[in-house]
Amino acid sequence: MKQPILQVRDLKQHFPITSGMILQRQVGAIRAVDGISFDVFEGETLGIVGESGCGKSTAVRSISQLYKPTGGSVIFNGIELTTADPKTMLTARRDIQMIFQDPYASLNPRMTVRSIIAEPLVIYNRRKLLDPPLSKLEIEHRVEELMERVGLSKVFKNRYPHEFSGGQRQRIGIARALALKPKIILADEPVSALDVSIQSQILNLLSDLQKEFNLTYIFIAHDLAVIQHISTRVAVMYLGKIVEISEAVRLYDNPLHPYTTALLSAAPIPDPVVERNRQRIILTGDVPSPDRERFGCYFYDRCPKRMPWCSNHIPPMFKQGENHEVACWLYDKTRDYQDVSMEEAEADAAKTNP
Amino acid sequence: MSPVNDREVVLDVQNLKTYFKTDAGIVKAVDGVSFTLHKGQTLGIVGESGCGKSVTNLSIMRLIPSPPGKVVGGEAIFEGTDILALDEKEMRTIRGNKISMIFQDPMTSLNPFLRISTQMIETIRLHTKGISKKEALERSIEMLKLVGIPSAEQRVHAYPHQFSGGMRQRVMIAMALSCNAEILIADEPTTALDVTIQAQILELIQNLSKKMGTSVIIITHDLGVVAGMCDEVCVMYAGRIVEKAETEKLYAFPAHPYTEGLIRSVPRMDTTKKGQRLYSIEGQPPNVIDLPPCCPFHPRCPKAMDVCRASYAPITDLGGGHEVACWLYNSEEEKAAALKEVQA
Repeated sequence: MKQPILQVRDLKQHFPITSGMILQRQVGAIRAVDGISFDVFEGETLGIVGESGCGKSTAVRSISQLYKPTGGSVIFNGIELTTADPKTMLTARRDIQMIFQDPYASLNPRMTVRSIIAEPLVIYNRRKLLDPPLSKLEIEHRVEELMERVGLSKVFKNRYPHEFSGGQRQRIGIARALALKPKIILADEPVSALDVSIQSQILNLLSDLQKEFNLTYIFIAHDLAVIQHISTRVAVMYLGKIVEISEAVRLYDNPLHPYTTALLSAAPIPDPVVERNRQRIILTGDVPSPDRERFGCYFYDRCPKRMPWCSNHIPPMFKQGENHEVACWLYDKTRDYQDVSMEEAEADAAKTNP
Repeated sequence: MSPVNDREVVLDVQNLKTYFKTDAGIVKAVDGVSFTLHKGQTLGIVGESGCGKSVTNLSIMRLIPSPPGKVVGGEAIFEGTDILALDEKEMRTIRGNKISMIFQDPMTSLNPFLRISTQMIETIRLHTKGISKKEALERSIEMLKLVGIPSAEQRVHAYPHQFSGGMRQRVMIAMALSCNAEILIADEPTTALDVTIQAQILELIQNLSKKMGTSVIIITHDLGVVAGMCDEVCVMYAGRIVEKAETEKLYAFPAHPYTEGLIRSVPRMDTTKKGQRLYSIEGQPPNVIDLPPCCPFHPRCPKAMDVCRASYAPITDLGGGHEVACWLYNSEEEKAAALKEVQA
């Protein structure tokens, strides 16, 4: 049995909505991430895919404790991160690094490339958390080595971020993330802002680095083809919930959740012959706002296969064979809900949460 | 060849050149672009950021900020007149009326201070003579219904911020089509939207163009969008069209090394195998300031020859409207002649 490197259990991240000028009181909450659970195993890539506002970025930020989660637990290498004291947190975070979406906003414009890449090393060195401690010269060498590894010439190390193109900046971001030799890298839409020809360069670089350093990735993207290319397993998110999680090959060959099916059929394929003969499932409406508590299936409003039962019962994750879980009442093997009327469903819901 | 190409030409752009003057030098954002748009046709313009695809269309709409930009050459024939030579007053009767445009970001292209109704009525009354406010409002509601906005009678009085991204893009399309435009230019219409919303909007544009016979120019960087929507595709690189062909042909037999690289470097959901490396075009897109007169793609091209480093390839017709600007398709004599000319 493989041991997961990261365990996320019922993670919740709610952002308060406040009202009032001086006496601020909370009037509601944006449920950006509303109870997600998954495991990540060493050396794999977990892809998280979903539309904007589904909470995928918030999820990784809560995992890396950039936001303090509202509830749930995140266990990394046996350490519970949500309750860890600052010292433990600092040591654990050395192994968790992030790559951000916007290579223009995520690099400090006033720092040279050398100081950007060296910063994590300098900080951990100063706090004596590096083993062995590095001298100034060693840090310098490490920076050069990192730059060469990600495909930047080391003669550029005294330049500033604005002198680089988008793809090169993303390489700087990757070098910075690699500086502390992390075990897991959380990549938040690392290729979305890049042009097609640059995107493939960065994707190839990321897979090479993964093999070389035995890295684990959590990879976020909204582009389904990119996710399929890079991921071992894929989690599909909708409105702060994971609706389906499975091995990448299985998910793309045999999507179960109505949302996954619709998402896959909506994504354009760059081939006119395939594209023109494809049957599309076009969802109506937009993603609803995550500002209220829901008692039914989160996808109910837009689901083409909805049943009365779904309106007031939140589906748990149903196992569908090895490593494939789906949150949809259609896959409950113990009962068929097709014939349940609205009244019966409401009566049943009232019994469980009065 | 195809039935689309037999139809009448609505827009004929020849040798369009738009330059920007900057402190660093002259930016040849568009440098000799030619294409024709037929009635009811959907034309795609694909390319990476900075290749001049948006500037091409802003030039046709005469929306280039001047200075620093200037259309320095070429013509765009629409209904028998060169719209690049019209004065501003005449242009206003065409812009928004006969040629409409939808922009990438639906939030910044609607006025946040005005109700949707105010903005739509303004557009309609400006372009339709003698229409009353009430009639214009009815027209707006009708258009909003056509683009699929539920309870249009009430929502027409809402402000832009009360609409979601996809809905705003629908409003933009409704406004663009409210004057029965003959040409709709869509500049990255779905880039800011999610996949499921993107599918809705693309289907909408396609249906409306069929229903109203509108010709559409779609500018995008997404090869998937092009594959599903367009009859013909132009691929742009560094201010020029490097390849132009019918969509099926372009994807099946990409002639230019850049087009081929572009198509191969996109991961595909249906055929990509796990663990396979993606094809990638090495290097960066060129800086378009003071480009040398050679092929701008040669530093990244796997098939570059001596002649590519010396001079820009002429456009070669491969048959059936498939045109490419690459020395690979020219004879040895032509290459030798071009080389000799540069040396002399």
